[in-house]
Amino acid sequence: MSLLSETGKYFLLMKRVFVLPDRSNMFFRQFPKELEKLGLQSLPIVAIISVFIGFIMTMQTKLNTSNPLLPVYTTGLVTRDTLLLEFSSTILCLILAGKVGSNIASEIGTMRITEQIDALEIMGVNSANYLILPKIIAFVVMMPFLVIFSMALGVGGGYFVGVLTSIMTTGDYLVGIQYAFVPFYVFYSLFKSMFFAFIISSVAAYYGYYSYGGALDVGKASTNAVVNGSILILFFNILITKIMLN
Amino acid sequence: MIEVKNVDKSFDGNHVLKNVSAVFETGKTNMIIGQSGSGKTVLMKSIIGLHRIDKGKIEYDGRNLPDMKMSDIRMLRREVGMLFQGSALFDSLSVLENVMYPLEMFSPSSKEEMTERAIFCLRHVDLEEKAFNLAPSEISGGMQKRVAIARAIALQPKYLFCDEPNSGLDPKTSLIIDKLIHEITHEFDITTIINSHDMNSVMEIGENIIFIEKGEKAWEGNNSDIFHVDNEALNDFVFASELYKKVKKANK
Repeated sequence: MSLLSETGKYFLLMKRVFVLPDRSNMFFRQFPKELEKLGLQSLPIVAIISVFIGFIMTMQTKLNTSNPLLPVYTTGLVTRDTLLLEFSSTILCLILAGKVGSNIASEIGTMRITEQIDALEIMGVNSANYLILPKIIAFVVMMPFLVIFSMALGVGGGYFVGVLTSIMTTGDYLVGIQYAFVPFYVFYSLFKSMFFAFIISSVAAYYGYYSYGGALDVGKASTNAVVNGSILILFFNILITKIMLN
Repeated sequence: MIEVKNVDKSFDGNHVLKNVSAVFETGKTNMIIGQSGSGKTVLMKSIIGLHRIDKGKIEYDGRNLPDMKMSDIRMLRREVGMLFQGSALFDSLSVLENVMYPLEMFSPSSKEEMTERAIFCLRHVDLEEKAFNLAPSEISGGMQKRVAIARAIALQPKYLFCDEPNSGLDPKTSLIIDKLIHEITHEFDITTIINSHDMNSVMEIGENIIFIEKGEKAWEGNNSDIFHVDNEALNDFVFASELYKKVKKANK
C-alpha cells in the first residue's frame, strides 16, 4: 500500500513538473547552470572510472582467456562489448545515481526544510516545475555525451594497458575492438542511459521535494534517492535489454 | 481585508483549530498570538492556503480561498507577500537577485525597471548598498530579514504575512524589523498578519490582536486593551515575566 501511494505521489509530482514553465526565460537561465552542475562536473569521475575499468577489464579478460584456441581478438572484443552494453550505460548510471542523485535530493531537500520551496509556492510559482524540470532535462541531455565519453575512455584505457604492460599486442587489441561491431549496441546503450538519467533525476527530486524535518531527514532523503534510484535502474535494465536486444 | 469564518482544522483526529473566526483589517498590523502548540501557525498556514481547512471560510476581500481552483489560488498568491521565520532567501541568488525574483517571474516590466524597483525596495528597508551583490549567507540575520521584507513587498502585495519575524534577532534589531513592518503596512495600506509570541512586538505594533488558546480564539483586542484583560490564559501568556507583571500593576 505504501509502495502504491509513493508511486502515485511520484506521478502526481511529475504531472506538476512536466508543464510549460511560467516564464521560459527563467527556465533557460536555470538550464545551462544544471548542464554544468550535473553534466560537466561529472566528467572527472566518469573519466577516472572509465579509464580504470578499461584497464582492468582488458587485463582480466586477457588473463582469463589465455587459451590458444581462442582468437587473438577476444580481449578487445570482450572489452568493447562489455563497455558498450553494460559499463558505460548501466554501471556508469549506478555511479552517477550516487553523485548526481544525492546532489539533487540534498539540494531540493535543503530548500524544502529552509522554507525556500514554501516561499516559491506563496509567490504563486509552480515550485516543482521551476526546480525540477531544468534538472531532469539537463541530465537527460547530458547523459549521452557522458556515455560516449566513457566508452571512448574505457576502450582507450584498454589500449594503453596493451601498450604499457605488453600482455598483448596493440594490433590484436585494435582488431578486437573493431571485430563484429554492432552499431545498434551504441544506440541501445545511449537510449537506456537517457532513460536511467530520467530515473536518477526524477527519483532524487521526488525524495528531496517531499523531505521534511532537519538535516538528518535531508540525509535520509538523499540515501533513499540513491538506493531506490539504483534499484530502479537495475530493474529497468533487465526490462529494456529484454525488449531491445531479444 | 481578510475574514476568517468558523474555521475548523484537524490532523489525524487531532482537532487543532476549533470554530475560529476573525477579521484582519487593511492598513493595520494584525497579530496572532498564543503559546507554542496553540494552533497559531496552523491558523496562519490555513489562511495562506498551505493547509486545506475542514470547515469554514477564508475570504480575501470577498474571495473565498477554499472554493478556489489551484490556478486561482496561484493568481491570488501574486497579491501576497510573506516573511518567513528563517527568511527563506534563495541561497543560489544574490541579495538583489532575491528581490528581483518575484518581479522576473510575474512583472511585465523591463529588466531596468525591475532592477530599479528591487533597489527601491532594498533602500526602503534600509539595506546598505554594499550588501546588494552578496549572497544571503554572507549577511547577518537582521539584514536577511530586511531582504526578505524587500522581496515580500517587491510586487506591491495587498496582503503581507509574517511568521515569527523576530525569531533569532536581538531586541534592538527586532524593534527595527517591527517598526519596518508597521511602516510598510501603513504606507502601502496592506493587510498584514503577524504570527508572533514576542511580547515586545505585541506591545509595540499590535493594532489588532487575536489570542489563540488550545485551537480557539480566546480574546481579541489591541495593545492598549491587553493590560486590562481578565482572561486568565492570556494574562498567563502576556504577563509571564516579572517585568510585565509590574507594568500591569502600574497600569491598574
